Amino acid sequence: MTAPHQQAGIARQQIAVIGAGMAAARFAERYQALGGTAQVTLYGAEPRAPYNRVLLADVLTGRYDAEAVALPVGGARLCLGGEVIGVDLDARKLTLAGGSVEAFDELVFATGANPVLPPIRGLRRSDGSGLRDGVHALRSLADCVRLAGEAASAERAVVIGGGVLGVSVARALAALGLPVEIVHQGPHLIERQLDFEAAEVLRGRLRTLGVETYPRNRARALTSDSAGRGAVELANGYRLGTDLTVLACGVRPRTGLAHASGLDVGSGIVVDDTLTARVGGVTRPGVHAIGDCAEHRGVVHGLSGPAWQQADVLAARLSGADPEAVYTGSRPVARLSAGPLEYAAFGEAHTDVDTDGEVDTDGEVDRDADADHHTERDVLRITDGTRGSYKKLVLRGDRLVGGILVGDLTTVGALTRAYERDDPLPDTPPLHLLTTYGAS
Amino acid sequence: MTPQLLGDARLTDTHCPYCSLQCGMRLAVRASAGVPVEVRERAEFPVNRGALCGKGQSAAALLDPAVRLTTPLVRDRGVGGVGGVGGVGGVGGVGGAGAGPGARGELRAASWAEALDRVAGGLAAVRAEHGADAVGVFGGGGLTNEKAYQLGKFARIALRTANIDYNGRFCMSSAAAAGRLAFGLDRGLPFPLADIPHTECLILVGANPAETMPPALRYFRELPENGGTLIVVDPRRTRTAEQADLHLQPQPGTDLALALGLLHLLIADGMVDHDFVATRTTGFEAARETAMAHWPERVERITGVPVAQLRDAAGLFGRARTGMVLTARGPEQQSKGTDTVGAWINLCLASGKAGRRYSGYGCLTGQGNGQGGREHGQKADQLPGYRSIEDPAARAHVAAVWGVPPESLPRAGRSAYELLDSLGRPGPDGVRALLVMGSNPVVSAPRAAHVAERLRALDLLVVSDLVLSETAQLADVVLPAAQWAEETGTLTNLEGRVILRRQALTPPEGVRSDLWVLRELAERLAATDDPEAVETREAVEAPDAGYLPQGTQRTHRMGGRFDDDPETVFDELRRASAGGQADYAGIDYARIEAEDGVFWPCPDERHPGTPRLFLDAFATPDGRARFAAVTHRPAAEEPDDEYPLYLTTGRVLAQYQSGAQTRRVAALSSAAPGPFVELHPLVAARLEIAEGELVAVTSRRGRAVAAARITGTVRPDTVFMPFHWAGPGRANTLTNPALDPTSKMPEFKVCAVRVERAA
Repeated sequence: MTAPHQQAGIARQQIAVIGAGMAAARFAERYQALGGTAQVTLYGAEPRAPYNRVLLADVLTGRYDAEAVALPVGGARLCLGGEVIGVDLDARKLTLAGGSVEAFDELVFATGANPVLPPIRGLRRSDGSGLRDGVHALRSLADCVRLAGEAASAERAVVIGGGVLGVSVARALAALGLPVEIVHQGPHLIERQLDFEAAEVLRGRLRTLGVETYPRNRARALTSDSAGRGAVELANGYRLGTDLTVLACGVRPRTGLAHASGLDVGSGIVVDDTLTARVGGVTRPGVHAIGDCAEHRGVVHGLSGPAWQQADVLAARLSGADPEAVYTGSRPVARLSAGPLEYAAFGEAHTDVDTDGEVDTDGEVDRDADADHHTERDVLRITDGTRGSYKKLVLRGDRLVGGILVGDLTTVGALTRAYERDDPLPDTPPLHLLTTYGAS
Repeated sequence: MTPQLLGDARLTDTHCPYCSLQCGMRLAVRASAGVPVEVRERAEFPVNRGALCGKGQSAAALLDPAVRLTTPLVRDRGVGGVGGVGGVGGVGGVGGAGAGPGARGELRAASWAEALDRVAGGLAAVRAEHGADAVGVFGGGGLTNEKAYQLGKFARIALRTANIDYNGRFCMSSAAAAGRLAFGLDRGLPFPLADIPHTECLILVGANPAETMPPALRYFRELPENGGTLIVVDPRRTRTAEQADLHLQPQPGTDLALALGLLHLLIADGMVDHDFVATRTTGFEAARETAMAHWPERVERITGVPVAQLRDAAGLFGRARTGMVLTARGPEQQSKGTDTVGAWINLCLASGKAGRRYSGYGCLTGQGNGQGGREHGQKADQLPGYRSIEDPAARAHVAAVWGVPPESLPRAGRSAYELLDSLGRPGPDGVRALLVMGSNPVVSAPRAAHVAERLRALDLLVVSDLVLSETAQLADVVLPAAQWAEETGTLTNLEGRVILRRQALTPPEGVRSDLWVLRELAERLAATDDPEAVETREAVEAPDAGYLPQGTQRTHRMGGRFDDDPETVFDELRRASAGGQADYAGIDYARIEAEDGVFWPCPDERHPGTPRLFLDAFATPDGRARFAAVTHRPAAEEPDDEYPLYLTTGRVLAQYQSGAQTRRVAALSSAAPGPFVELHPLVAARLEIAEGELVAVTSRRGRAVAAARITGTVRPDTVFMPFHWAGPGRANTLTNPALDPTSKMPEFKVCAVRVERAA
């Protein structure tokens, strides 16, 4: 069907982007830089212009001013503080919370993700109106500003969740001088990216910053004692007193609006390689999804790198700079570089099929094979207890399929590049990916 | 200074024929036999204080008639498909190489009269048939200011073509564009080289002075002696990088992201000089936003430079009280070169390291007169004095000096690669005749095989050079030009210092100066049956005003606006540049000699010149420097399955540019005898390539073959080739002519290639 603006013949094409987060900002900036001529409008529920969410932990520490992390948006119009509550795909119209209706020619869902609230008793206020006092999620700049405000008067903190965000928040709170405890349900820290040994190195480094970690522990309830001090009660009955509780239990794509408007939604909004959404299994031209809300080839990434790659591809397509551009997936690398907490991890490195109790001696390289697997999987490890570093490569044939660096990241550039490009590796052990001394 | 006699030798103070340092040297010319010309030290000249590299020391070898041209050459073309007439009176062995068979004969010796008549007749015929813009001019960054000026004037008023550009477009045009955007002015260095050792932190980006300008290396060596820190950014661990306190080794084509990441860290870690930003700059907010989009972990992913090194670099530069960033071809020769240089300038601006003593951004210009060559009208879009050809006031000023109506001046023409790409093409946009002066695009242009093909498709190719370069070998007419020691002229070195080369000896019989050639051609063109010539002749007779020394004799003949006396041309250049950015009005030959060069701008004789720019204000309308709001983007061509490696190109110590001169000097040729491909040991092992083995490097544009050099100094994802050679090992066969949208610089420094054993 012909869009209203095309019928009018003069008005500028309208691209509506629902969301004003990192993916939305990147799309808007690239769209203009690539010569796109349509009017791009970002509809954001938060009252703030797009900012760099990756830097939130360091907004918390005070390294960045809240205003300083704003991102460029090219020539996009910002429509902020008013949530989009309805989408009519056929009429090509959006309805905003205030009741106004806006037309579009192309629609981009960049609705991002919401924090997951864990099933913990006492999480909400007794009237159910929101999180109990002293309990925070950390997803938005507003969360961050509130948290920083309370951290100033708090004496101790508990972080529930020992994933990437949890570690990062715990580090930030520790940097503010608070003793911090991490309660983590998983077997070890960041188990989706790190293996046990790497997590132990990280745990030790956190401890030096004043962060204690309790893996394999579940928070059961939030309580307060007679003096009004809060506590986190663990499933084993143990209670951790706290002034400040931060929930870092992962995020879930925001897909409610997309679902309501009839788009196919799995874990996220289902898109194909052109980042176009579907209705009833049929491609719906002119409707797209990018970033944390999008599901591509069954994968929801939830990381800024893939979100920006998707934004770049969509901007290239819609601006006309490269109408044939496609997104074929990402090979994301998890990366933390906060002071002593340096690590990079990617691919299959977090699972250990070879945990048969062998002990790595310091500095020694061991190479073992997983005979059970169809393709032989080689694992190379260097553990340096003295310097507190741990390095691991996972190879299938001559390809790198996973890696972890903790503590010493001098080879991170070569390592992530070899993974990203799927470069064939030499027959000899790829020591150049583990140490700068091995290769040249 | 007039030449002195010492024993049987006549001594002349002059400067080296090669790079942008323009090192001072003294030539001893003996009347008797033996070594006729000897290069000697000239210790008092401040730039090099006597030091010379091997190229400078051996420069006199080029004066040998055995290696140079000593007579005009012409090629007879067959008519109607009949075979060429070639070979009559030919210059055995050299003629016709690369010209191909068919209707083109051999190059043969000719008289000047015949050669010039042939050129003027050919140019006039093409103009008559296809219009003035069908004649193109391609200049060079090695030409003196006088020649560059005269060539631009010749194009605009004798040929009346818009299509003039020069090989400097391939050199520092991105730095020039970024400098003008940021500071309102482009001068290679805003300070003398001698300031460098006094800065606290120096970042050298894609610059390898250890190979390209050894006599300047002392300044970089003195830096640590004074407690300064040197950071080198280069994908290769060059001899320069070896000397650095910190070497950042980014993936080729990613230094824009690197600079943005460093700006991010300056902001994050409180190293922004807010007073400076507030009082002396504009545009910080937009630059801050783009820097926020380049946080350290992301920049590490793009560049391959670990976050820890980014932090170290930002801290060293940000915490230093003074600092400099110098770029060379690495960041500049990219399809985003202007933005990349802008991002490096941003670092200086954010940390208050510009417009202050011992701080600032500079470009290490390449060619001998890369600086002056871009100031006086060789560029497609510029008029003398670094004026815009589209600016009505600039047109009026220059037209008045030239004695022509402003509206008769052409508008901006095509940039260098666009010009070369248009050669011989049918239709209104094709350039059918080309005059090349002091350039060898067959070796130095990107996608060089294609450029050679375009040159062959011309109706008329005229090349003025001192040797039979690869481009001259394709020409219809070759004009043997006088060279550095044989003529007087000024050049402007990378510091913006105008220096004077003095004639030390007379050129051989049969060799003429380019100024003489232009005068002769202008006369012949004016004499053709062209109604406008009558008008211009009247204008010529108008009396000159201004800087001519008293008593100067000036002959106004038909076409007499084209003088062949360098000093007279320089005096006209001074008037043409007066009031422009590169203002030479107050500079004259006597001052240059007395003061070891004069730094422009120098608007009048009492003005001391300007060794240091921007100390009070930048050259923008509001006096403030402008931040560049730039974002990283990939190279025009990134590696893929078919072409999995990066190729980057560069230079070696013993060769200069296209090698047309240095390859003819035995001492240099034996030091650097031929092309090679640098491969990382891992790449060599995977491809089973042994040291010295011939390897084929293939890109979408062609294939080059050269010997492998296996070295850990290059990244495993990158191969390196020097570009000084023609033939099978020509690196520019492979390079990508993707152009920077602002500077029109081709992307010499990054393209995707496949490497294999040459079967």
